[in-house]
Amino acid sequence: MLEYARWKYILIVVVLLLSTLFALPNVFGDDPAIQIGRADHTNLKADDAAAIVSYLKDQKVSVDKSYVEDGKVMLRFVDTTEQFKARDAIKDHYKEQYFTAMSFASRAPDLFVKWGLRPMPLGLDLRGGLYLLYQVDVKGSVSQYLEGYAQDARRALSVSNIQFKDVTVAVNGGDQQNAVRIVLPPETDVSTARTALTQPFQGISTTTESLPSGSAIVATLSTAQIKERQDYAIQQVITTMRNRVNELGVSEPIVQRQGVDRINVQLPGVQNSAEVVNILGKVASLEFRLEDMSNSAQEAVATGHAPLGSKLYTHTRIGRPILLKREIIATGDQLTSATSTQTQEGPAVSLRLDSRAGDAMLKTTRANLRKRMAVVLIEKRRETTKVDGKEVSKDITDEQVINDATIQGIFSNQFNITGLQAGEARELALLLRSGSLSTPIYPVEERVIGPSVGKENIDKGVNALIIGMAGVFVFMAIYYRAFGLVADLVLLANVVLLTALLSMMRASLSLPGIAGIILTVGMAVDANVLIYERIREEVRKGVSPQAAIRAGFEKAFSAIADSNVTTLIAGVVLWVFGTGPIRGFAIVLTLGIATSLFTALMGSRALVTLLYGGKRKLTRLSI
Amino acid sequence: MEFFSSETKFPFMATRKVWYTLSAILMIGSIVSFATRGLNLGIDFTGGISAAASFTQTVDVDAVRTKLAAAGFKDPQVNTFGGSRGVNVRLAPDPSQDAKTIRQKIEDTLKAIDPSVQVQQVEVVGPQVGNELKTSATWALFFTLLLIGMYIAFRFHTWRLSLGAILAVIHDPVLVLGIFSVTQTQFDLPVVAAILAVIGYSLNDTVVVFDRIRERLESNRRLASDVVLDQSINQTLSRTIMTKVVTSIVVVALLFLGGPVLRGFSEALMIGIIAGTYSSIYISSAIALDCGLTAEHVFPSEKKAAIDHLP
Repeated sequence: MLEYARWKYILIVVVLLLSTLFALPNVFGDDPAIQIGRADHTNLKADDAAAIVSYLKDQKVSVDKSYVEDGKVMLRFVDTTEQFKARDAIKDHYKEQYFTAMSFASRAPDLFVKWGLRPMPLGLDLRGGLYLLYQVDVKGSVSQYLEGYAQDARRALSVSNIQFKDVTVAVNGGDQQNAVRIVLPPETDVSTARTALTQPFQGISTTTESLPSGSAIVATLSTAQIKERQDYAIQQVITTMRNRVNELGVSEPIVQRQGVDRINVQLPGVQNSAEVVNILGKVASLEFRLEDMSNSAQEAVATGHAPLGSKLYTHTRIGRPILLKREIIATGDQLTSATSTQTQEGPAVSLRLDSRAGDAMLKTTRANLRKRMAVVLIEKRRETTKVDGKEVSKDITDEQVINDATIQGIFSNQFNITGLQAGEARELALLLRSGSLSTPIYPVEERVIGPSVGKENIDKGVNALIIGMAGVFVFMAIYYRAFGLVADLVLLANVVLLTALLSMMRASLSLPGIAGIILTVGMAVDANVLIYERIREEVRKGVSPQAAIRAGFEKAFSAIADSNVTTLIAGVVLWVFGTGPIRGFAIVLTLGIATSLFTALMGSRALVTLLYGGKRKLTRLSI
Repeated sequence: MEFFSSETKFPFMATRKVWYTLSAILMIGSIVSFATRGLNLGIDFTGGISAAASFTQTVDVDAVRTKLAAAGFKDPQVNTFGGSRGVNVRLAPDPSQDAKTIRQKIEDTLKAIDPSVQVQQVEVVGPQVGNELKTSATWALFFTLLLIGMYIAFRFHTWRLSLGAILAVIHDPVLVLGIFSVTQTQFDLPVVAAILAVIGYSLNDTVVVFDRIRERLESNRRLASDVVLDQSINQTLSRTIMTKVVTSIVVVALLFLGGPVLRGFSEALMIGIIAGTYSSIYISSAIALDCGLTAEHVFPSEKKAAIDHLP
């Protein structure tokens, strides 16, 4: 008699039912769809959906199904021809009121969607889309941060009437700027200076140095503080990127950190790369400054010197060089909203500031009525040129005065920027709205993956996989007869389980993932083969059938366990250290080992016990 | 159905010197070819532009190459792709032009050959990612080998088996790289995934044989080690062959039906599966034997410390 604990049967049944449920959405496939959202980000309602559908009906575009999801309207179509027709119709009719995104919607019943059951997403190599990899200039972000400290230090010293020679951002033991260095003349008392600096330098360790003439205070960021700052910068970039991607209206985008200082953005279905890349990668911030009207900009251009307290801008959109005061009234990251509108003076961007910037703006406009204020757009980019066959990159900061206007009235946190072209106003509003990105980022990689090749890839790969698996099933059944059929069932359960896990984790399936599945199937087959060969060996020794089964499972266990654990080690290490495709492979492999161990050891045992366990007079095994 | 109805008695260990020599020759050949010829690295590693186009009729690859070269693309590589009508074009990176311009240029050039040609895919790949992948893959492999060596030493109580396993695991990918280098088959990311799978298969095989060796050593402490190893390998032989046949069914299906994208991948897997079978017998086990593996290493005899506790 063979027995198998009842709780194990229950566990197997529960796991199989659950995994079938989670794997099921993959069976239905998907329909071409369009996601529609309002440009001003207010939620769409069912009547809006009905209005769009009826408009499309008038245009002879047949919509298969429509519903509202997360404030966006989803339209589903029978084929891509209808999908394209619908998108063009919506674009022509609603213009800038709505943004649309081409996507795919699962054909699974609504109940699945309600329960959060979704099919596993396909990787870009299988589905097509845009892949971008950005390098975040983390060192630059630390330098910027220190620049802020230096400014605070200058202000604190001036307020306390303490004389100083110089305040600079410096390198203090390390390979990047990590300190602020304040040089004091001999007559300044170091301890009073230090006291004055306690406020701006809170939490930073400071040291003093004696110089031949005077002394210096050096405030250095600790490694932990630098790391914290860098993480913050990356997080900020990711947030900004997510905002920008949302602005573009791409469905199911992936924005994630890769390695220490890189961000990878995957936009399924996006084919118009130039436009997207331009908006995503733009490092832009705004500064509002008063114009210096008491000095002549022409004179400054001639002498090459700007008067004290002012800065000369030669790159402008207003057709003349301009002198602006050094004080910044407000910056782009203090913006709370930016929308493009039409005014009497032409296209404009309507802005709203946070309360602090609003206060500053109120104070400035009250004191400077009828004077002029300018908006400076700061863009950063990296240019790579080849010098003697080596790639040399240069960081370029482009400061451009985009607007200069008379302050017509006193305002605080709400006003317009005018004097822009129509397209410009929209792009500027979009950039400002999606967050000014002050940490420089540089594109490392940009790839457009065509959907047609992707479709071919997946069809061929999946077909080959199905044929191969069918071959395995037939062969196992011939070679091990009844046990072979058990192995087939177990293998099938393994594939269902793996699909369920991948769908649950929302891990996207790519070509290397398919490689992982093949290895997993190989390992699962091997586990079964190990058990059955052992049973055959025992039978050959003349052991009774049921004892042979028991001995087979027991003796094969150590081989299965050790070989799977070693492969699991490889899988986990590749998961941790690998990037991109290696990681995709490792995720599938690691999960696959878990599922194949479960199915081969427990599932197989349960089935064999059901088959042979109760038979008292068993003389032969069908193996 | 069975491949071997009774236990085989092949004297594997007796001929190991011959196989060592063969392995040494193959390894040296692989490394020499790798060092001198290198690999035919795919666009994933070199960086550049990759484009796929499908023509309406059978296309002359040389004509496409000449036209592209005449259009100003330096050293264009053109291969047929997915049948005689499709081509895959690989171009050296050109930072001065964006993907759109390049796509247009390729399209214009190919249109001159066939007006209804369709350019399906233009990818721009940065080479830096290749470098990054190389570093991360190197570290990942290093830690994998280290941890696996430690795990085997822990489970089998001897470094001799760890060494055998690690050498076998190195042996197989080197051979795959060597063959890819000699044949100049394109080496791209799916091939990297295949090599990882090969490592997985090879490890699996090695550990299964080790498990049997451990079992045999325990029950036959007095038998000579080479006899025990031969018995272990023979006893697991039908499992080894069965598993290989089954995995080969899937790999062969991928090789012939999986399309050009999976060609390199399935070739690497096929080579790896054969090499893995061989190395689990002649590398991992034989090396452990020549390092002096005995039952004593795996199952140390218990010290008679109990005497002290007697009254």
